[in-house]
Amino acid sequence: MIQAPNIADLNLEYTLPAAFLAIYTCFLLMADLFIQRKTVTAWLALGGLGVSFVFNLFVFNQGGEALEGLFIADQFTGFLNIIILVTAILTVFLSIDYLKRTQIERGEFYILLLFSTAGMMFMASANDLIVVFAALELLSIPLYIMAAFRPNDVKSEESGMKYFVLGAFASAFFLYGAALVYGATGTTRLPEIFQAVEGIVTNDSSSVFLLLVGTALLIVGLGFKVAVVPFHMWTPDVYEGSPTPVTAFMSVGAKAGGFAALLRVMVVALPTFFLNQGDTTTAWQTVVWIIAALTMIVGNFVAISQTNIKRMLAYSSIAHAGYILMAVAAAGTAGVANAAAQGALIYLLAYAFTNLGAFGVVLALEKNDGTGTNLDDFVGLSKSKPLLAAMMAIFMFSLAGIPLTGGFTGKWLIFQATLDAGLVPLAIIGVLTSVVSAFYYVRIIVNMYLRDGDGSSADGATPYVTYAIYAAFAGTVILGIFPVLATNLTDTVTIAASVIAR
Amino acid sequence: MEPVSSSLSLTTITLFLPMVGLTILMFMREDTQKEAIQWTAFGFSIATFIASLLMWATFDTANGGLQMAQRFDWLPTYGISYYVAVDGLAMLLVLLSTFTMPLAILISFRAHIIEERGRVKLYYMFMLLLEWAMIGVFVAQDLVTFYIFWEVTLVPMYFLIGIWGSENRVYAAVKFFLYTMAGSILMLLAILFVGNEAGTFALPEIVAGVQSGAIVFPFDGVFSTQSFLFLGFLIAFAIKVPLWPFHSWLPDAHVQAPTSGSVILAAVLLKMGAYGMIRFCLPLFPQASVDWAPIVAGLAVIGIIYGAWVSYAQTDIKKLVAYSSVSHMGFVVLGIFALNAQGLQGAAIQMVNHGISTGGLFLLVGMLYERRHTKAMSAYGGIWKAMPLFGGISLVITLSSMGLPGLNGFVGEFTILLGSMGSQVLGFFFTMFATLGVILAAVYMLYMFQKVYMGELDKPENMNLPKLHWHEIAVLIPILIMIFWIGLQPGVFFSLLDSSTSKLIADMGQIVPQIVAQLP
Repeated sequence: MIQAPNIADLNLEYTLPAAFLAIYTCFLLMADLFIQRKTVTAWLALGGLGVSFVFNLFVFNQGGEALEGLFIADQFTGFLNIIILVTAILTVFLSIDYLKRTQIERGEFYILLLFSTAGMMFMASANDLIVVFAALELLSIPLYIMAAFRPNDVKSEESGMKYFVLGAFASAFFLYGAALVYGATGTTRLPEIFQAVEGIVTNDSSSVFLLLVGTALLIVGLGFKVAVVPFHMWTPDVYEGSPTPVTAFMSVGAKAGGFAALLRVMVVALPTFFLNQGDTTTAWQTVVWIIAALTMIVGNFVAISQTNIKRMLAYSSIAHAGYILMAVAAAGTAGVANAAAQGALIYLLAYAFTNLGAFGVVLALEKNDGTGTNLDDFVGLSKSKPLLAAMMAIFMFSLAGIPLTGGFTGKWLIFQATLDAGLVPLAIIGVLTSVVSAFYYVRIIVNMYLRDGDGSSADGATPYVTYAIYAAFAGTVILGIFPVLATNLTDTVTIAASVIAR
Repeated sequence: MEPVSSSLSLTTITLFLPMVGLTILMFMREDTQKEAIQWTAFGFSIATFIASLLMWATFDTANGGLQMAQRFDWLPTYGISYYVAVDGLAMLLVLLSTFTMPLAILISFRAHIIEERGRVKLYYMFMLLLEWAMIGVFVAQDLVTFYIFWEVTLVPMYFLIGIWGSENRVYAAVKFFLYTMAGSILMLLAILFVGNEAGTFALPEIVAGVQSGAIVFPFDGVFSTQSFLFLGFLIAFAIKVPLWPFHSWLPDAHVQAPTSGSVILAAVLLKMGAYGMIRFCLPLFPQASVDWAPIVAGLAVIGIIYGAWVSYAQTDIKKLVAYSSVSHMGFVVLGIFALNAQGLQGAAIQMVNHGISTGGLFLLVGMLYERRHTKAMSAYGGIWKAMPLFGGISLVITLSSMGLPGLNGFVGEFTILLGSMGSQVLGFFFTMFATLGVILAAVYMLYMFQKVYMGELDKPENMNLPKLHWHEIAVLIPILIMIFWIGLQPGVFFSLLDSSTSKLIADMGQIVPQIVAQLP
């Protein structure tokens, strides 16, 4: 007999930031039919994001499980929500004028953006494999459409199609993985999986194999979403073909959502998944470690040979996924999980600001027909647009991890966690590849400052775009100089309290 | 150790004065206020110099510990603080930085290349940013703070070479950036590892922990945790010094950099490497230092001879001076890894000497280049006849770089050789080959002097070279004063160093018996 739960026990208020946004977007979808000027839709979307942000601040730090354990709102969720909402807000600012001047302005764009944002937020608070899957789809499907938002452009269509096919493929992997994990443990709730895993490992039952394959498939599915090697093939094409604001949004938001799920599943559900009794590192750590190393190496080395900045930033985003994956690998060592999660969160925030800023500059340089995004288009920018060039230089330094920028703060916390976890070779690969990355980031600066040329007029640098770039710049620099502001928000991230207690 | 105060210390004031200047520059207009920009930058570099002189005046030479400390939490969860203080060695190098910077700014006032490339405001902003970062490197007492300053010095130097350098500047700038970054990023890992082990990043606390045995970096031979950490630090510093075979970025960077950039590079940036070895490698990893000392000192000796040899083969004056840096800095490293008080003091004095002499030589090359737009030795000859005053000053600086007794260069090299001779870990052979370097220095320096300044004034272009401008004289006079002051009265500077180096050696001696305090 199924008992209807008491509504007071559901703790609905914890779900408010994400749930509000989802419901609000449904209303906005209908309201948009009656709105003539689509800028109004954009502002309404911003309003919804703003309200959700405020709700998030209210439940930050005082949440708990909601919806009978399907949903969790802890500091980890709250901080990720901040990253996701900031990303969405900046993306709206980048989009308003861009959509107009490239003549693809439709109200649905903002609605899709909001749906995807809601999906990411659900992802950040999922406490159950089924919710993870639902959130994954809510996150992805609007992105497929947004990637193909430039209707008469073959590249954009290719981008949407490719993303859709591969994304659906990845979702299937994830779903199968979730099914196998369910088969092994008999539950889809992450904390319950955690409890079941211990029994499976100690009893040495045949379920270990099931769990192992299931875990591998989960990693594959989420690996597609965050674009790690060898599941990265779609990234450059999709990033290049999509409208630039969409690229900016998915390079940051989808990554934040994907890593939220990855960390949550690995650290909450499977931190004690040891193949042999007495191990201190989990069964999945080695795999994650190898993927992280490969991702950093391939991403950074291939980025060197790119001539289009969007493709270059695509490979750079692959490389950055590798760095964040280092944190996931580090979380596989008992006792390091919280520090690693904190490192990943700060890294994601720094990466969000930096990458959005960099894409903002790219978008400012892009011409209405989508050209103007080659590396050579940056030549002489420091003369024609000194401020824009200076900020791009800071974004590039931040991506390369030079101190006093957010990128350094993130790298440093992640490297520290990795060393703490005893993964010294991985950390060495990480720092060496970041020198490689400096090579191609510095090349943009060389083009802007050291080579003479006429310089782009950067017609796309309209006020909204400029504000977004300013905001991203401020975020990058503040995070570099006063990292304490961000670390204070994550100091009590206890994603893996159960592991610490062991 | 002096209790750490939370009130504003002189160290912080000195450190942040250039930043104040930079902020003011940011709001000035390049097209209408060019003169004002120059003088603001110069004014703030002078103010910084005065502030550092005040530090020197209040410095207690009897105290071997840290002075004028200031500390506040920067990232408390991770044990990271903004922590600045000076001891004798840091004080000396802060003085060197603040002394060099006004000269480098003054020489840029009329530099042809800056007129040509423009962007004057950006140029002076980078100069002040560089000064801030350089002072920061020398005063930082927290590993992460240190790393931040260390890495930040790269950025302005990269732009100085890249924007205002000569023909091949882009290549040289990128090489400089990537080469030094590759070295320092391994140091970041070592720093994080040390911090994880120690639970704090404050250097004095970690060193105290190493002293008392509370923090142990396991050591059992050449391949152990401590050795790897030692190397993590050492490689970063060796690239900066540069120690042979990590020197290949240096000739490119020096030759392509504008005069001011070369001066700062030679006078201060190279010292950061040697300073780092003394400040971090020795006290944190004493056993590894002793074990690796013969190898590092061996490389240093190779560098001394190699640098001198290659210098002799150059036809470009600036390249000759650049390679002579490899040779001179080899002496510094040799002195450090002699692991006794004499060697260390000699190394510290030699750092200052090299800064003054080689900085001076780069200034001279820059002045010649301003007049003739070539750095090829064959284009010159008989310059003394065309510019007698310039020739005379050049002779003094050249002799000082050679190490003539009575001038500054001699004091440092002699003390280093004494230290290396009496060292428990090095000894006769190291000293013998290093002495060879002193002789070779005379060979290439005199060769250069002869080709450029002596001989017949036979090239028509050299007949009517303009006389020294007042600001050029103003730049050279302080250099001359320092050359004679250190040469004749080195005691002032040794007394600044004495307590700090003795304390360092005594502390290390407690852990490793090979290190013996030998005071002159």
